[in-house]
Amino acid sequence: MRIGLFVPCFIDAFYPDVGIATLELLERFGCDVDYPFDQTCCGQPMVNSGCHDEAAATEALFVKNFAKYDRIVAPSGSCVHQVRDNLTAIEQTPEVKHVRENTLELVEFLHDELQVEAFPWANFPHRVGYHDSCNTLRNLGHGKPSELHGEYFSKPRTLLEKVAGIELVAIDRPDECCGFGGTFSVTEPEVSTQMGQDKIADHGRNGAEYIVSADSSCLMHQSGCAARIGAPIQFKHIAEILNGASQ
Amino acid sequence: MSTNQPDPNATIQSKTATREAQPRPVKAPDGKRVDHARSAKQFLNAPEHAKSHDTRVWAMRTKRDKQAHTIEEWEELRELASQIKTHTLTNLDTYLEQFEANAKANGIHVHWAADGAEHNRIVHEIFKEHGVKSVIKAKSMLMEECGFRHYMDSVGIEIVETDLGERIQQLDGEDPSHIVVPPVHKMRSDVARLFAEQLGSDPDNDDAHYLAGAQRDATRPLILDADAGMTGANFAVAETGGFVVCTNEGNADLSANVPNLHVASIGIEKLVPRVEDMGVFIRLLSRSALGSPITQYTSHFRAPKQGGEMHIVLVDNGRSKRLGMERFWSSLKCIRCGACMNTCPVYRRSGGLSYGATYAGPLGLILNPSFDLHRYSNLPFASTLNGSCTNVCPVKINIHEQIFGWRQVLAEEGHLPWTKKTGLTAAGQVLASPKGYRMAIKTTNSALKHLPRWALYNRMNAWGEGREMPSPPDNGTFHDWYKRNRLNGQAKTSAGGANE
Amino acid sequence: MSARDDILGAIRANKPAMNAPAPVVPNYDDSYPQDADGLAALFAERLATMGGTWHALTDGQGVDAALQETLADKLGKPFEEAVIASNVPEVAGNRALTDSDDPGSVHDVDIAVLRARFGIAETGSVCFTEAELTVNAVAYLAQHLVVLLDPAEIVTNMHRAYQRDDFVNASYTVFHTGPSATADIEGVLVRGAQGVRSLTVIPTPPL
Repeated sequence: MRIGLFVPCFIDAFYPDVGIATLELLERFGCDVDYPFDQTCCGQPMVNSGCHDEAAATEALFVKNFAKYDRIVAPSGSCVHQVRDNLTAIEQTPEVKHVRENTLELVEFLHDELQVEAFPWANFPHRVGYHDSCNTLRNLGHGKPSELHGEYFSKPRTLLEKVAGIELVAIDRPDECCGFGGTFSVTEPEVSTQMGQDKIADHGRNGAEYIVSADSSCLMHQSGCAARIGAPIQFKHIAEILNGASQ
Repeated sequence: MSTNQPDPNATIQSKTATREAQPRPVKAPDGKRVDHARSAKQFLNAPEHAKSHDTRVWAMRTKRDKQAHTIEEWEELRELASQIKTHTLTNLDTYLEQFEANAKANGIHVHWAADGAEHNRIVHEIFKEHGVKSVIKAKSMLMEECGFRHYMDSVGIEIVETDLGERIQQLDGEDPSHIVVPPVHKMRSDVARLFAEQLGSDPDNDDAHYLAGAQRDATRPLILDADAGMTGANFAVAETGGFVVCTNEGNADLSANVPNLHVASIGIEKLVPRVEDMGVFIRLLSRSALGSPITQYTSHFRAPKQGGEMHIVLVDNGRSKRLGMERFWSSLKCIRCGACMNTCPVYRRSGGLSYGATYAGPLGLILNPSFDLHRYSNLPFASTLNGSCTNVCPVKINIHEQIFGWRQVLAEEGHLPWTKKTGLTAAGQVLASPKGYRMAIKTTNSALKHLPRWALYNRMNAWGEGREMPSPPDNGTFHDWYKRNRLNGQAKTSAGGANE
Repeated sequence: MSARDDILGAIRANKPAMNAPAPVVPNYDDSYPQDADGLAALFAERLATMGGTWHALTDGQGVDAALQETLADKLGKPFEEAVIASNVPEVAGNRALTDSDDPGSVHDVDIAVLRARFGIAETGSVCFTEAELTVNAVAYLAQHLVVLLDPAEIVTNMHRAYQRDDFVNASYTVFHTGPSATADIEGVLVRGAQGVRSLTVIPTPPL
């Protein structure tokens, strides 16, 4: 099985460690991973603002870059949601459909496809508040959202619980949105920032030293809020912890 | 004043001086877009109000969860409700005809109104025939849509709201900010000040029991003297020709049962086919809305009371048009519970009045654009698309997907602000070109690394108002790393060259 | 009638073309108590959460005595001076109700005593129609409402309630669940918003 690694634009630019951790983690499990060099973005910034036509060329490039792989794996829930559910600005050829159906978010891939049982190399002796990004939780089905009636499950927490030393803390509003929301973060900066601060405060109040998520975009927003108000809390992508980061 | 008695005016001032003033959003002038972000900013600039609002509205969501989680068949009930609504809406003409025939057979006068203006005219005609001068009214979002109270003001008929929350808003000259709890954005100090001015209550007593009692005492004579009563309806049952109204105060029952004339305004989407369908909806409605098992009063009106007269006005006001919108027709399933507002993190932090429209919150984002696309063109962007609204909706409307859908309609029909459209067109071009993209990243990271703070954090940088920018990594992008570590420095394609 | 034809015409032109049959609604009451005592206990528990009072008559206690016991200190006047409007033979009362009364004439009633048609265990609701109310407004204008409920007439849940024929036959059918309430001022729960300040249910079969 050949895997195409999709490293979304802002992870490429600002969080290369997340991309590296994802690649190394997949390789630890024996995956044959390739990083297509001409990749850019999935088209989400345009599509989320309703500009589907403007996203068409970017979507076409995405499909061109990834069509040859059996699976496409990315450490970003929102980008995977865009590809899987909203990459519709271009004609839905068999190639496009193949790419859309086979694009997986990292946690899903580890939990559902590889069914990973252990991360022997991982040790994270810290109190961690896990941030369910809305896209991973409600659009990709990472877990049961608090508002739905049904049996509790959480794929990312199931994975994190296999990490030595980690202590997961519960927060008051377990899956309240952190306020990033793509372009929402700049069209509604005050509400966005307030939501971010509230989110950080919830984690801090409940003793988390780290906020961990499968979406770097949420973390970028929250860490930006935390840095501005000087909140002493740190941020990590789940890939880094599963790959053995110790702090 | 040299007296031992405290000066009441001084007391009011000293009291109010210590209180945070209630935030008031700016109304968008006619023909202009509602600026949700600006009003939201004003709302958040009153932190006591903002915090209290978020806390209280979140408490409703929490109570809703608690109720939902105690009912094993909860998700099945939502599915049943959704299916009943789909069935009804796809046969709406038939059910409306059945409803009308049965209502008439029961002795109810049935009227039809194409829009709000026609609704107001029809009701005015009925009132004129009966010489009505004063009306007691229960809460109705449809009548808010129709601008009914303003119309009646203009023709000199006094409307008295009998729902406490709606009465507070009426006395304050404000629209409801929440469809179930109209003054949810107000603190008790705001109500104390308002009632002191309008009802002559003690300005220093902001106890909720005292204030509710003051309003009860002030409203009761108005109820007894009213010439007519008005209600909306939560449901209309085709099989019986009757309609159902749910309240916690019993005020709809007062409006319907004290005066001899009862006029009910009913949106055409309120139909359900059978009495037995009500079991599903009543079980869902108040649990979703307030997290209580049922409203204190669930009232079924099927015929005028003895010696009384009953009218129904069936109102379209854009509903039949919305029924034809492929992506948005299911919004007509809405039973106005407000659960989507309670769960919405944006609504909770911006307040209902910031939406500048009849409907606030997620529901407002998908309903208001169908009334006036340009005026409400900012609203579908007042969402993070987090999707919790869809999950709490008792009739399973795909609310967040419809918000996303409206964004596309707005872009296609040219209602995006020029700057946004231009920016996204440019972004689309850069992101479609590997070479252009690598240049853009290089430029951004270089700017973040080298530009001074004052140049980065200017007023054009909305991100930087309340957040730090991410810092560019010391050892370059992932792309750089991959080339160095996995390709021995060799770019695999021409695009990689941009990083050299 | 043109608005009517226009609206119906637009609906016919616009309604989604799909075959969506009405679903069958289950009763969802398998897990409810099967016996009257069990249902009454559940009813009492749910009524309490909605702010109502369940008052079982003690041995030999008449309904009159129960009124005095439960309401005497809530009236703001001596019990002997209370205006009591009764529609039940168990209580004489001092204000007669007839269906030709002006609704506003009952505004001074302190206590209204009515018999419910049936109760709903799921929510602790009692049901009335115009037959039990006589003057519909009395159930809202009175300060306190006392409801006699036959424990044998308690259905399990809403689905069962709506299977009764009252909704097809009565002009007015209403569920009361506890007293009038509001939380419109800062979320503080206030009982007795516009309607009755208290609701007491007394389980007792009809005479």
